[in-house]
Amino acid sequence: MITFESVTKRYADGTVAADEVSFEVPEGELVVLVGPSGCGKTTALRMVNRMIEPTDGRITVNGEDAASVPAPRLRRDMGYVIQQVGLFPHLTIADNVATVPSLIGWDKDRTRERVEELIDTVGLSQEVANRYPRQLSGGQQQRVGVARALAADPPIMLMDEPFGAVDPIVRDLLQEEFLRLQRELKKTIIFVTHDIDEAMKMGDRVAIFNVGGILEQYSTPTDLLAEPANDFVVDFLGAERNLKRLALIPVSAVEHETGPLVSRNDSSDHAREAARESGTDWVIVTDAENQVEGWVFINELDGQQTVGGAEVQPFEAFVTEDESLRAALDVMVESPLNVAVRVDGDGRYEGVVTHNTLTGELK
Amino acid sequence: MAQSFFDWSWVMGNLGEIWAQLAEHIILTVVPVGLGFLMAFPMALASIRWPRLYSPLLGVAGILFSIPTLALFVIMIPFTGLSKATAIVPLTLYTLLILLRNTVEGLKGVPSHVREAAEAMGYTRTRQLFRIELPLAVPVIVAGLRIATVNTIAYVAITALIGQGGLGNLFMDGFLRQFPTPLIVGLVLSVALAVAADLGLLGVQYVLTPWQRNPG
Repeated sequence: MITFESVTKRYADGTVAADEVSFEVPEGELVVLVGPSGCGKTTALRMVNRMIEPTDGRITVNGEDAASVPAPRLRRDMGYVIQQVGLFPHLTIADNVATVPSLIGWDKDRTRERVEELIDTVGLSQEVANRYPRQLSGGQQQRVGVARALAADPPIMLMDEPFGAVDPIVRDLLQEEFLRLQRELKKTIIFVTHDIDEAMKMGDRVAIFNVGGILEQYSTPTDLLAEPANDFVVDFLGAERNLKRLALIPVSAVEHETGPLVSRNDSSDHAREAARESGTDWVIVTDAENQVEGWVFINELDGQQTVGGAEVQPFEAFVTEDESLRAALDVMVESPLNVAVRVDGDGRYEGVVTHNTLTGELK
Repeated sequence: MAQSFFDWSWVMGNLGEIWAQLAEHIILTVVPVGLGFLMAFPMALASIRWPRLYSPLLGVAGILFSIPTLALFVIMIPFTGLSKATAIVPLTLYTLLILLRNTVEGLKGVPSHVREAAEAMGYTRTRQLFRIELPLAVPVIVAGLRIATVNTIAYVAITALIGQGGLGNLFMDGFLRQFPTPLIVGLVLSVALAVAADLGLLGVQYVLTPWQRNPG
């Protein structure tokens, strides 16, 4: 756990980069510091490993005052990743990754095994081990940067715009992969970015900073969007706040309705009854394996004995439980029924997500 | 009697003498460049550690470099007579400007993000200097050594005027006797020595900087 206790950083020229900043980074969480340039987010990060010393206040790392630990020792427990990567150009990829293990005196075999493992972990092929940094692409270098930071398995990671220098597609990929990795590793991470979307995507909690080192709000992404503390935060979160909220809620987190469910062999009367109970003018048709076949408007059952007599219309799109409510909304506006049909991984029917479900969630 | 322009028989008859002067020339080059580097290196480290030192140190080295060669040798004679030191001390002082400047610039040229990363990984200051910054400064430092070496090879010849001189003695001999052969031999050997030294140092750099080679 890392705590900031009324931390202030004032430079000789009067610039204030941190103004009595207090917050707590719980163990195993990824906390994003975000804000416009000049808000002191990078300064805050660099005070944690004492690359910058605070003017006032205290930073503790696992209960210990950071200022009381010799800087090189403090830093060896903190992985560090920066936008420019900062790989050592004269060392091979393997030697770069082995930086901290060799500083803390691991033996050769243990280091070599760890390097091999990490090259796999960050999704590179072992062939890169003996290359030099300049022989790698930007995205590959960034992966090596992450591997180097993880090498000695530090409990803490400090990341300053780590994916800022790569193109948007690679950035997205690296973000996804890093989140997957973090779910396994559960490091305590401070992550700096100027990109609010990246902040919302990556952070368990997000600290929004304003120019002059002022911490405006510190909360989970969902709470920030639901209850922004002031106009600055509202502005910084940007337009379409509700859509952003929906994007953060997985389909699995909301109750889904069963919906009017029938099979082809059911009688038309049974279908009318099902629709009436659900308050719809349509029914959903599934087969014996619970696979979705499509839907039928009730008035198309006129003159038909069974549901199968009418023409069953196929659905164009479905949602699964690990997608977001925003994806459900997208499916919903496309569907003539104004609902999103939820299926499991094998395409079996689970229920429907309705407009009411979404508005209920946003209240 | 008209002498032939180049007299092979003189060369064959004086091989021992030619080798001796060549060896002398090499010593008068290697020792000053080596001593110069031993002096410039700590000066460069001090200039990095205390940046205020850099300008005055560079200024002094610049003034030394601007003193005419012959004048400096003559100034030395009252102190060291016509010994080897009379040649070596000025030759050493001449290398300081180039070696100091290139070592400092080489160290300063290490990208700031590389330095930042090293610091954040937990390198101590000394270890960072020797493991990260110096290796990266090698190309610029070697470039300085190459210029200093080639310059020194040229200056050594002048020390023949104070009784040292290596291959410079062959120039003197040829000039005084109006006999071009030793002059030509001295000239060819000193150019060859300069080229060989330059290529040799380039080779050293190649060995020390595997990361700069093209991807294989």
